[in-house]
Amino acid sequence: MLWSALVGTIEQGLVYGIMALGVYLTFRVLDFPDLTVDGSFPLGAAVAAKIIADGGNPFWGVCLAIVAGCAAGLITGVLNAKLKISGLLSGILTMTALYSVNLRIMGRANIPLLRKPTVINWFGQYGLTPWMFFIVVLILTKLLLDTFLKTEVGFALRATGDNEQMPRSCGVSTDSMKLLGLSLSNALVALSGALVAQYQGFADVGMGIGTVVAGLASVIVGQALVRVNGLGWATLGAIVGSIVYRLAIFGALRLGLEPTDLRLITAVLVVIALSGPSLQSIWEKYLRGKDHAADIPTL
Amino acid sequence: MLRISQLCKIFTSGNGMEQTALDCVDLHVGPGDFVTIIGSNGAGKSTLLNAVAGVYGVEQGRIWIEGQDVTLWPEHRRAALIGRVFQDPMIGTAASMTIEENLAMALKRGCRPGLRFGVNQQNREHFQELLSLLDLGLENRLKEPVGLLSGGQRQALTLLMATVSSPKILLLDEHTAALDPKTAEQIGELTRKIVASRRLTALMVTHNLQDALEFGNRTLMMDRGNVILDVRNPRRAKMTVDDLLEQFASLRGKRLLDDRALLA
Repeated sequence: MLWSALVGTIEQGLVYGIMALGVYLTFRVLDFPDLTVDGSFPLGAAVAAKIIADGGNPFWGVCLAIVAGCAAGLITGVLNAKLKISGLLSGILTMTALYSVNLRIMGRANIPLLRKPTVINWFGQYGLTPWMFFIVVLILTKLLLDTFLKTEVGFALRATGDNEQMPRSCGVSTDSMKLLGLSLSNALVALSGALVAQYQGFADVGMGIGTVVAGLASVIVGQALVRVNGLGWATLGAIVGSIVYRLAIFGALRLGLEPTDLRLITAVLVVIALSGPSLQSIWEKYLRGKDHAADIPTL
Repeated sequence: MLRISQLCKIFTSGNGMEQTALDCVDLHVGPGDFVTIIGSNGAGKSTLLNAVAGVYGVEQGRIWIEGQDVTLWPEHRRAALIGRVFQDPMIGTAASMTIEENLAMALKRGCRPGLRFGVNQQNREHFQELLSLLDLGLENRLKEPVGLLSGGQRQALTLLMATVSSPKILLLDEHTAALDPKTAEQIGELTRKIVASRRLTALMVTHNLQDALEFGNRTLMMDRGNVILDVRNPRRAKMTVDDLLEQFASLRGKRLLDDRALLA
């Protein structure tokens, strides 16, 4: 019982790991706080679920989901790079619009996929369990992403996230790099959404809420755990982070917390991880103050 | 090599106040010219360089580089023809990327980035050769992130990156001003060496009047958006800093003391 629950948790960590790689690409590589993710994740799920529910080929559904995610990222990119709307707001606008779009695509708030042919069933016929399938997809994605970041375009993308003036004075259009980075990232997120829908057996219009924060938590936790410099390690960190994050949630639920408390826990986790350095310096200052207080001679 | 005609740039502040930064500037810089530009704050020196680099559009006028009208080109397109070094040593390089990755991007200046690997073994040997010219030991640190380098080392690397693909024009915007005196001198020496060996056409903004006369072969003085003095060698070679200040005072018609304070 516990064993199968653990396997399920790790499977979740793996399939959400693809999303975490997408979040890593925008938040860490491009230094862009992209909230589109909360909309592009259910977008991927909606597109795949709609096609599967209508009797279409699930592989085709996954492909279209990726294309849809790409388009969503592109819209955020155009809002930000071309129309000069701030990065955060661009993402929020796309995400909000996608809520309606997702409902339109699905035609209702929830599409069940029980007893429908999914990508996961298809590989299941050949003895590939979900976790094996997710590992293969995840490792392929990770290696592709690592390799991409070592190409000329990858350099240009990383430089854009580091210091925009540098790539621009090397002849790179930083606007194009933002469009590219955002569409690639959201393509990964939509792929993850499409697979999650097939894994859990339904797509729901509300399934995207909190995706960004979960992705961010994975990236940050992974960075704390995998403390080796280098690109390959950073993407591995995002994957490890995703699995650890799901395990932490699993643990929290077993400790008796309600599933509805999870978002609060996640938010607190991200706050702690992000504020670590500031908290540490506040604490050190406090300690130093205390030491000095002890030095002052008492009358 | 660089031709500028009737170039005007007006900055408008939030409350509608207009400030003329460039007032119909005409300038012709021949191939191989190394021009130093001086002037008090707000004279338009940096605006001129930024307008050439394409950081912002201009209200009026045209800019040609090697006969091509680049007035409407965006900044990144002009970068194929222009190398730049900035005052802030942090701006010219990407801190999180390694030395070789930074150099690889500079080497590809103006080419559309593709899906080839950014650095290969052949590049590395080339980079080592180039870095050894700097004499800073960077040739053995190719795989270190640039963020670990000092300001002077980063500025030297930026200078190398700006010149490695032999740009048509090199723009130096007070590129030694943020460095300590000794490092500034080293970077200055390096600038001289690289410009001479690659026979580059260069524009250098400086606040140091001595440098303005010692570097290059031609000096421009700017004031309130205009070029008010343009001297070349051999006449320039005989000039001293005091001559420059005197010229400035007579051209501008203001008291010398103020100007010395402003220019120096």
